[in-house]
Amino acid sequence: MSARERVAGTVANYVDERTGAAAYLKKNLQKVFPDHWSFMLGEIALYSFVILLLSGTFLTFWFDPSMRTVVYEGSYQPLKEVEMSAAYASALHISFDVRGGLLMRQIHHWAALIFMAAIVVHLLRVFFTGAFRKPREFNWLLGIGLLTLGIVEGFLGYSLPDDLLSGTGLRIAQAIIQALPVVGTYISFFAFGGAFPGEVFIPRIYTAHILLIPGIFLALITVHLMLVWYQKHTQYPGPGRTEKNVVGYPLMPTYMAKAGGFFFIVFGVTAFLGAVASINPIWLYGPYTPGQVSAGSQPDWYMGWLDGLVRMAPPLETHAFGHTISWNILLPGLIIPGILFTGMALYPFIESWITGDKREHHLLDRPRNVPNRTALGAMALTFTLIALINGGNDIIATHFDLTINQIMWFSRIGIIVLPPLAFVITKRICLSLQRADRELVLHGKETGRLVMLPSGEFIEIHEELSEAKKYTLTQHEQPKAIELVTADAGGVLNPKGIRAKLQARFSAANAENIAKPTAAEVKELESGHH
Amino acid sequence: MSKELEPLADPGLPEHIHRKADIDPIAAKRAEQQVAILFSLSALGTLLFIYSFFFVKEDAFIFLPILGNTNAHQLGIGLGMAFGLFFIGIGAVHWAKTLMPDQEVIAQRHELKSEPEDRDALVKAAKEGAQAAGLGRRPLIKRSLIGAAALAGLPGVIMLRDLGPLPGKDLEKTNWKTGTRLVTDPGDRPIKASDLEIGAVAQVLPELLPGQKRTLEDIGKDAVLLIRLRPAEFQLDEERLSWTHEGIIAFSKICSHMGCAVALYEQTTKHLLCPCHQSTFDVTRAAKVIFGPSARPLPQLAITLDSEGNLIAKQPFSEPVGPSFWERSS
Repeated sequence: MSARERVAGTVANYVDERTGAAAYLKKNLQKVFPDHWSFMLGEIALYSFVILLLSGTFLTFWFDPSMRTVVYEGSYQPLKEVEMSAAYASALHISFDVRGGLLMRQIHHWAALIFMAAIVVHLLRVFFTGAFRKPREFNWLLGIGLLTLGIVEGFLGYSLPDDLLSGTGLRIAQAIIQALPVVGTYISFFAFGGAFPGEVFIPRIYTAHILLIPGIFLALITVHLMLVWYQKHTQYPGPGRTEKNVVGYPLMPTYMAKAGGFFFIVFGVTAFLGAVASINPIWLYGPYTPGQVSAGSQPDWYMGWLDGLVRMAPPLETHAFGHTISWNILLPGLIIPGILFTGMALYPFIESWITGDKREHHLLDRPRNVPNRTALGAMALTFTLIALINGGNDIIATHFDLTINQIMWFSRIGIIVLPPLAFVITKRICLSLQRADRELVLHGKETGRLVMLPSGEFIEIHEELSEAKKYTLTQHEQPKAIELVTADAGGVLNPKGIRAKLQARFSAANAENIAKPTAAEVKELESGHH
Repeated sequence: MSKELEPLADPGLPEHIHRKADIDPIAAKRAEQQVAILFSLSALGTLLFIYSFFFVKEDAFIFLPILGNTNAHQLGIGLGMAFGLFFIGIGAVHWAKTLMPDQEVIAQRHELKSEPEDRDALVKAAKEGAQAAGLGRRPLIKRSLIGAAALAGLPGVIMLRDLGPLPGKDLEKTNWKTGTRLVTDPGDRPIKASDLEIGAVAQVLPELLPGQKRTLEDIGKDAVLLIRLRPAEFQLDEERLSWTHEGIIAFSKICSHMGCAVALYEQTTKHLLCPCHQSTFDVTRAAKVIFGPSARPLPQLAITLDSEGNLIAKQPFSEPVGPSFWERSS
């Protein structure tokens, strides 16, 4: 035994005698993780969060979250002697007078954008592959919570520097709060310590941004990961992969090296962006004052769809009995996002009700094999995308030589017409892909090789798929529609009348599939051909 | 029917294919060297960072294609840090992919739910615990506890009371009073009608009395836009026309939608546009909303002249300025 091994043994022994960790670690170092590029998306979100914690901590060493008025004396000449809040002045100080400060600010901002993008793409992956099904509904809900928190955290973060752009964003947030019926004015006055903008809001959201929300994030992420660990990761279907096993690489060493290395890659790419790609150049905007605004004001991308909804809202207000309800703010700012997020959170339960499927699922779906879910996702995505496009309508108008009115009307009509259209088209595409899969399994791959038969007939040679490929394309279950029971044998009506009817309708739509090839069909063909 | 639906048989995990480095020692050696080179590149990156941090002047600029004129200090530390991190990552992944075991392993899943005995035992333990506490038998304790616990949460809410003042009538008032002089922003100079040419726009605020200070809250309510048109261009009723002076019309600059500054004026169409959500207001028709999400015109400020010929407010705003709120009556 070498000296090094002896020391390692002693240390391990010391720790184990006090914690009994050896048995637990032994098992978990061998833990198997399936490998697929799409499983990295959640990892990107996790690593961006760590980058945010590190870069954010650095920024707190200089940032002064105070709205008291100071006169800028730093090295950025165009703003010399200008009155501004201490928050803005310290953000300028970080950008110009702290070495590495600007780099860290830009890394922090880029990491926030990547964090949100990774969460959204990870969510889409989980949705379209059905990874949210039993037993992973809790993790789906935690994910929705993290997404919501991320939007809030990001918004608070870019509001902190108190520049003209971020102040304009806060003004809009305040108007949404103020529009709440009955309590809005009161909540706004409490939150802002009086009339907008006041002098207390930035210090207050600072506490939320660097302590409260990151704390909740840490707790939720921990539970999210513990559940992934405990429930074991899902895997894509393929030969040898079943609902009862996990096929992949052991944590130690392969997976650990890959995942650990990937953290450095994500950090490296974020640092590269921070080095070469300017983001949120607050010194160009100037300090916030409610009497000014810069043209082309744009929120960060994950707020853009909300802004787009607000922009396209119809000019509706109700004035009655001495009170005002602003539908033009409440609808796009609270009601529609509320419906979207609630629907998203409830989706696993809705789907399991429609299919009547209460079993555990660890094998992922190929999106084409679940046309209804895939189409629904495409529909929601289309809705959000049109809202996002409208959020940038001023920028798009100037770049593509359109008028804002044209884009606005396109969005107003499109957001109603295009999502259902996306549903229908996506469902058709899924069914076509199923048909193509069926063709592939039964008739093989087109090779492009044309052969003339002695009879003069031309045929194309088809190459048979491997057994593994055939299995992958046919291993999935095809759901059956739930039959509607309107009355039992004795003629007693089903007490769940309407609910049962709805369930039957939905499950019939859900069961619309192209019949996959069966073993018998494949065998028949094989014996016929060869 | 059901017999034909039998699926294809699972052929099982495909045979493992060895990588070049697994069977060829030369390939393995090459992979090892590649990993070492990648790690060395990382070290070089960190050196670049240290050098740039201490020895490149913070105001040194270099010209680069695509990026243009770039601060060399920022670029040096940024790229140094990026390479320092990135190549460690690439090295580790390359190491894992070429030299670490890549044989896929199968682990079995176990059903997540507990054994029925365990569940029954849990239910029993919980029941026994509740019984031992006597909650069922002593409703008085249960009810008083629920009541007390509900009340105990109240201080947490009540203590938030002093976060801010009650709104009162604050949202309905501005600093514009009858006779308040309009002064330029910035500059605080009184304005005469002749200072504005036809087609011109100016931002004004109420004049400060001696000893008064102007806060951002004040600006957020008081900011006003002056626009001068030809009097014949107005399409206003008698009252609103009397609120203008020689073609000069004054509107609150705070958007009636969500409170942004309505900062864009288009001279040819005489439209005011809010850059936040593109509510568009027609100046000739008392800022009527002609496009966008705002549901109300911008409030108009009645103006006239004082004895010295300076523009003054004829009266306060006749309605609250800024975005809507519950207590607003019109």
